[in-house]
Amino acid sequence: MKDAESIQVRLQQDGPIPLDVSLSCNTGEILVILGPSGSGKTTILRAVSGLYTPASGNIRCHEEQWLDTAAGVNLPVQQRRIGMVFQHYALFPHKTALQNIMIALQRYTPGSKRVTAEKLLRTMNMEGLGERYPHQLSGGQQQRVALARALARDPGVLLLDEPFSAVDQQTRRKLVRELVTLRQQFRWPVIHVTHDLNEARRIADRLCVIHRGKTLQSDTPDQVMNHPDNAEVASLIGHYNIFSARVVEHDQDAGTSRIEWNGHTLDAPHRPEFEPEEETDWVIPADSIILHRRDRPSRGERENPIAGHIEELVPLGENTSIAMATGREQSLYLTVPTHVARRNKLSQGGDITVSLLSESIHLMKKIRG
Amino acid sequence: MDWQALNVSLLLAGLTALILTPVGVFIARKLAWSRFAGRNFIQALIALPLILPPTVLGFYLMISLGELSPLGRFYQGIAGESLVFSFEGILLASIIFNIPFAVQPVQRSFESIPINEREAARSTGLSGRPTIWRIELPLAWPGIVSAGILTIAHTLGEFGVVLMVGGNLAGETRTVAIAIYDRVQAFDNTGAATMSAALLMISLLSITLIYFLTDRAGHHERR
Repeated sequence: MKDAESIQVRLQQDGPIPLDVSLSCNTGEILVILGPSGSGKTTILRAVSGLYTPASGNIRCHEEQWLDTAAGVNLPVQQRRIGMVFQHYALFPHKTALQNIMIALQRYTPGSKRVTAEKLLRTMNMEGLGERYPHQLSGGQQQRVALARALARDPGVLLLDEPFSAVDQQTRRKLVRELVTLRQQFRWPVIHVTHDLNEARRIADRLCVIHRGKTLQSDTPDQVMNHPDNAEVASLIGHYNIFSARVVEHDQDAGTSRIEWNGHTLDAPHRPEFEPEEETDWVIPADSIILHRRDRPSRGERENPIAGHIEELVPLGENTSIAMATGREQSLYLTVPTHVARRNKLSQGGDITVSLLSESIHLMKKIRG
Repeated sequence: MDWQALNVSLLLAGLTALILTPVGVFIARKLAWSRFAGRNFIQALIALPLILPPTVLGFYLMISLGELSPLGRFYQGIAGESLVFSFEGILLASIIFNIPFAVQPVQRSFESIPINEREAARSTGLSGRPTIWRIELPLAWPGIVSAGILTIAHTLGEFGVVLMVGGNLAGETRTVAIAIYDRVQAFDNTGAATMSAALLMISLLSITLIYFLTDRAGHHERR
């Protein structure tokens, strides 16, 4: 049987910060809210915690009604069982690591407060650092104290506001791994806000893409990445190759739908919900555009071949990013391993041909209005 | 050395700080975190004693505390004596002209507490009052101590307002600052010198103490 949704959130308002959000998160699941800065994702987190009250909304957490604007229910922050990690941790600077955690253990007796706080520090691999003040701890250690403080309340939901943005790459990787391990151990729902696509893909069980306060798509990271609902989502999750095309015909036997784009006819996976002649958006990941290699021709070259010339060639370490002019205005973006670029003597202005992997072409309905 | 005057000065300074500090904290916290109509006007009103000549302030206080004013009559009705030319009168005057010193440092302190830290307190389950006692006041502590010391030091040094409202009554309204003036008028430069030196030392010490405390607090806390 499927778990009941542990936390369900619906928020709605026209201004000052527009919100149109619906999301839910199960116990043991990490829901990542992904959006550019200013998209309202932190406001969503603040609304869940009770630090912000939207014009209209409904929040339920483990059978407990936290917010129901229609019924006039609005629990104050301190009565919502949340564990919150702020972007810059917001540790109390005048309290030691241990005292910071003990603040969140209001209902314990003085003796058991200390024992519990010490146990939490141990869980975070912070043994022996309890007597230090926040300014005596590194960024990663501060983050662990902040997480321990958030967990001390035995939260119904863990809320993380870009918790890894203030530490270096190496610490970030370590912290992400620890968070995933902890999640398996404790099993709360986790709502994690970030603008970092890679971080989101790594840790999300479910990815919720937000723009201008609106939930655009909420699904598994794979589904969102490979099958974005529309061109807006595709662009927010970092796709470059987003184009418009016209549906030509369907071939059910071959399992393909044919589209016409930029003077080329392309085969895409069969999508009968699009009518012939319908205008459609489509997207293809940069790594699904395959370079035809002069040194090693292959039979796959008959798949959606396109010829053009190199407009721009940018080596970025192991990979080289190529913008390819295709005859008309629109350029295709692809990445090839840098050694392949070198061996094929790719250079700016040079001619190349590529194949667009037909299975990776994803058709999307046009956004109306 | 006029020990009686020093006694009046210290009593006046101590009581002023004792009464004004809690009031200052209350006003400062409101001003730091709330936005309301008239906020800037109130801030201007609070800052006014800083720029007004003490004689102007003293004049208005004398008028409004005098027997012809409603406040003066009311006080005389219950206390049986006049507010002007009394210790209670200069205490009230001292409280009023010290308001900027009691409010502004505390307000700066509250303003420097990041909003996230206050929100974190609530998100850990602390409700209003425990948040004030356990998070806000300890973080604003350097400002509160500064305000207290500044109030004391400034009261010890005040001259014009006290003279206008209290006159120069030995054991009642004659503070050290007035006693110095009194000594100079009587050509007793030695007496004036002793008391001036005492006042100088007290002022220097208290300001040094403020710098010491705020420096240590700043060192201890922020990243």
